Amino acid sequence: MKFGVVVFPGSNCDQDAYYAVRDILREPVEYIWHQDKDLKGAECVIIPGGFSYGDYLRTGAVARFSPVMEAVQKHAENGGYVIGICNGFQILCEAHMLPGALVANDCLKFVCSYVNLLPVNVDTPWTNLCEQGRVLRIPIAHQGGNYVCAPDVLEKLESEGRVILRYCSADGDVTKEANPNGSINNIAGIINEEGNVAGMMPHPERAVEECLGSTDGLLILKSVVEWAKSRQR
Amino acid sequence: MAKAKVYVTLKPTLLDAQGRVVQTALENLGYTNVRGVRIGKYIEVELEGEGSDIESQVDEMCRRLLANPVIEDYRFEVSE
Repeated sequence: MKFGVVVFPGSNCDQDAYYAVRDILREPVEYIWHQDKDLKGAECVIIPGGFSYGDYLRTGAVARFSPVMEAVQKHAENGGYVIGICNGFQILCEAHMLPGALVANDCLKFVCSYVNLLPVNVDTPWTNLCEQGRVLRIPIAHQGGNYVCAPDVLEKLESEGRVILRYCSADGDVTKEANPNGSINNIAGIINEEGNVAGMMPHPERAVEECLGSTDGLLILKSVVEWAKSRQR
Repeated sequence: MAKAKVYVTLKPTLLDAQGRVVQTALENLGYTNVRGVRIGKYIEVELEGEGSDIESQVDEMCRRLLANPVIEDYRFEVSE
């Protein structure tokens, strides 16, 4: 599966994502500059973390209108895979490709640490290699990861199985203490109605080798490859 | 030339992290009667044109970019 990693001025997880795909997943990958209008044949687009456009105005607000995002939007409408990680998640929300928004962490701090994540729905392009109930360890690094949305949107996300990951304890309990940023219902990741667009605050690309402390992030990245393969058979 | 003064504020139900910190700082300075601080954004937009066209244009700018209606409220005034 060909991957594309979008690069905005201020992206800083683009090289990690590129490395994870090329060197660990061993899938073809190309950078896509924010001024580009085509996705170079990428089947899965990664919108990486960072501080696109310096987080001016609001995180993700300006990136949303860059030329590449129009192509990303079309790609998604045609069923193409798109995952926004951290700042990428914020951008996808600003672009209305995912519902809700991400606001300042309730602890008022930038939180940089490993967190435990409970895969909630393992029948999605992004989690099909995860096991129900098997806790993932993946790091977060953000100041604005507090997911909020209107009550009717939340009800829809929950009832349609569109919450894919929740912050939890090491034992898999979804508790207030395990919630690093105040996200409603401990939400760490969601998908759109069709499931081909995902957003998550944790960084799977930073958990792809034993020497990094965890390889659980690979499950997310490999899942989409497997999912696409199984659809082609 | 018209000037639009746009005020963007976080919806009241959402935690305003900056506001909370400033509130604590004011309390530390001895202002014990402070009951709340909310911090918003003030944006000045200068633009050509006049009348109701400008008003609807600024409103559109707010909805599309200057504010995120999911988490923010906005209001503006236009002076010629």
